[in-house]
Amino acid sequence: MTTKITDYHAYPDARGHFGPYGGRFASETLMDALEELSAMYKRMKDDPDFRREFDEDLAHYVGRPSPLYFARRLSKNWGGADVYLKREDLNHTGAHKINNTIGQALLAKHGGKPRVIAETGAGQHGVASATVAARLGLKCVVYMGAEDVERQKLNVYRMRLLGAEVVPVTSGSKTLKDAMNEAMRDWVTNIDDTYYIIGTAAGPDPYPTLVRDFNSVIGREARRQMLEQAGELPDALVACVGGGSNAIGLFWEFLNDESVQIYGVEAAGRGLNGNEHAAPLTKGRPGVLHGNRTYIMANEDGQIMGTHSVSAGLDYPGVGPEHAWLKDSGRAQYVAATDDEALDAFRELTRTEGIMPALESSHAIAYAKKLAKEMGPGKRIVVNLSGRGDKDVHTIAAIDGLSV
Amino acid sequence: MSRIASTFTRLKDQGRKALIPFVTAGDPRPDVTLPLMHALVSAGADIIELGMPFSDPMADGPAIQLANERALEAGMTLRKTLDVVKVFRETNTETPVVLMGYLNPVEWMGYDTFIDTASKSGVDGLLLVDMPPEEGEQLVPKLRAAELDLIYLVTPTTTEERFDAICKQSTGWIYYVSLKGITGANTLNVDDVAKRVERIGQHTDLPICVGFGIKDGETAANVSRVSDGVIVGSALVRIVEELQSASAVEISSQVSKLLGDMRTAMDRA
Repeated sequence: MTTKITDYHAYPDARGHFGPYGGRFASETLMDALEELSAMYKRMKDDPDFRREFDEDLAHYVGRPSPLYFARRLSKNWGGADVYLKREDLNHTGAHKINNTIGQALLAKHGGKPRVIAETGAGQHGVASATVAARLGLKCVVYMGAEDVERQKLNVYRMRLLGAEVVPVTSGSKTLKDAMNEAMRDWVTNIDDTYYIIGTAAGPDPYPTLVRDFNSVIGREARRQMLEQAGELPDALVACVGGGSNAIGLFWEFLNDESVQIYGVEAAGRGLNGNEHAAPLTKGRPGVLHGNRTYIMANEDGQIMGTHSVSAGLDYPGVGPEHAWLKDSGRAQYVAATDDEALDAFRELTRTEGIMPALESSHAIAYAKKLAKEMGPGKRIVVNLSGRGDKDVHTIAAIDGLSV
Repeated sequence: MSRIASTFTRLKDQGRKALIPFVTAGDPRPDVTLPLMHALVSAGADIIELGMPFSDPMADGPAIQLANERALEAGMTLRKTLDVVKVFRETNTETPVVLMGYLNPVEWMGYDTFIDTASKSGVDGLLLVDMPPEEGEQLVPKLRAAELDLIYLVTPTTTEERFDAICKQSTGWIYYVSLKGITGANTLNVDDVAKRVERIGQHTDLPICVGFGIKDGETAANVSRVSDGVIVGSALVRIVEELQSASAVEISSQVSKLLGDMRTAMDRA
């Protein structure tokens, strides 16, 4: 299906639909809370006081704008297009996730909710949520798959130091999707005093829009910075896609710039043949999960499948509905990078530029390498370096057969 | 008249309230479900709610989550669930069967295939936890055409403005969820339930049945006094959990015992 779309900024529609995707597939108990949140956000997003509060937090607490860095040595080594890195890894807490949690915590505060909950996979969104909760004096509970609790001990302890309660989730596959189920269950039960900070651009409407809008600062800055540095728009954008929040944050500002090619990179895990990957846009088909219609990975009976990626942040069987829509409309291309390609990219960027990327972001670097060669010299690519790699050092060491 | 409507009419004539047990299809094993359904009817079930297993039952508490996991682990599928109903209908043409679950397996099978198979198997209605009236555009007309009832939930957080939209789209009955929360949670407050049921009744002529938090005969009796029927799920599913390695006969007999207590208490009320 390819329809000619004149304004990509006109989505979602009034009911939260991106073409056939998105929507509000939620249980009845949540419907009123979602409607209230939607109404509150519509009021607040154009409110000058709210905008100022958000912008000031981004400037003075998060440390924005994040640099757009021309990776000279890397580009030269690759011998193709010039590669620019959007340094979200330099944000407070080390990833783009904080942009969204700052915004949503402000909504919780204005909505008068004293308690926030969040789901987390690798722990980055959990840490970002615990961070803003500590700062605003909100009680914070983070749901995390029991397997991820084991894999990401450092982040678990960080959250606890920040005053959050971390609840290991033992149901289902004990990973991110199950943490999200459990957070939904908590929210349904404690809806009167609780705000649910969803960490990715998925979930029932209005979450995909909230998360996108709060992260769209990435693309706004990158567009301005590119024009300042090169006097022209980039030729291509590359970002990794799990749920897709950093990707939509980079892409959004450029969606109506027809000359800019857009690439989302999913996790191909141990390869796209078989089931050991996390690439619903590449290998899945449309279905309904976690409150929205989107591309998902399920077996022939419609049961959600376990996924695999070396990076916990991409290890999710669904994807934000706007990406589903951008795929179908042809505006963005979705590709995939394997565990091994991502690991190679991690090492290459670390050694070449002295920048250690998160394993999630390493997927984007891996694809950018192919693309830079394809596009050739004289072209410019912006890669979203969505997070820093400190949290992954243990994983890399384990792969190297070391324990640190 | 649909099988569900005529059941409520008969109950009304008899001055009785509906007792609606919920069990997850395929829990703990696919072969248990058919004998269990017949046993439920013998123990006094007026309608059966059969859970369609799903890997990610977001609105369910631990008891029904585990039931879903056991069923899927034992190889249950949506197709096999429909098959069970088909075989059940060979010997029972009176007791309505409503399938309850989540949208994805239905969507994955395809609305047309699902509805066609469900109709032919003798399914009477559908309750989809994660498909509110706002998202029913494609599915609802197809269900209407096939004369399958579509039951919606109303909860303590449903606003009065939503009552009308929900009541207008509902057929069969209105399922009032007595608690904020997931299945199998806490204890309900009968006075609150009575007030809400009365308010909902101002928007609809459909029967209003109450579920979530009904654990024993006494609660069932108290709730049935202020509504048109009760739905009991987690309390039964917990018995299945305890007896998961037992025979179908043993499971059926223990589940029937609790359901029978509820029936007796309700009929006395």
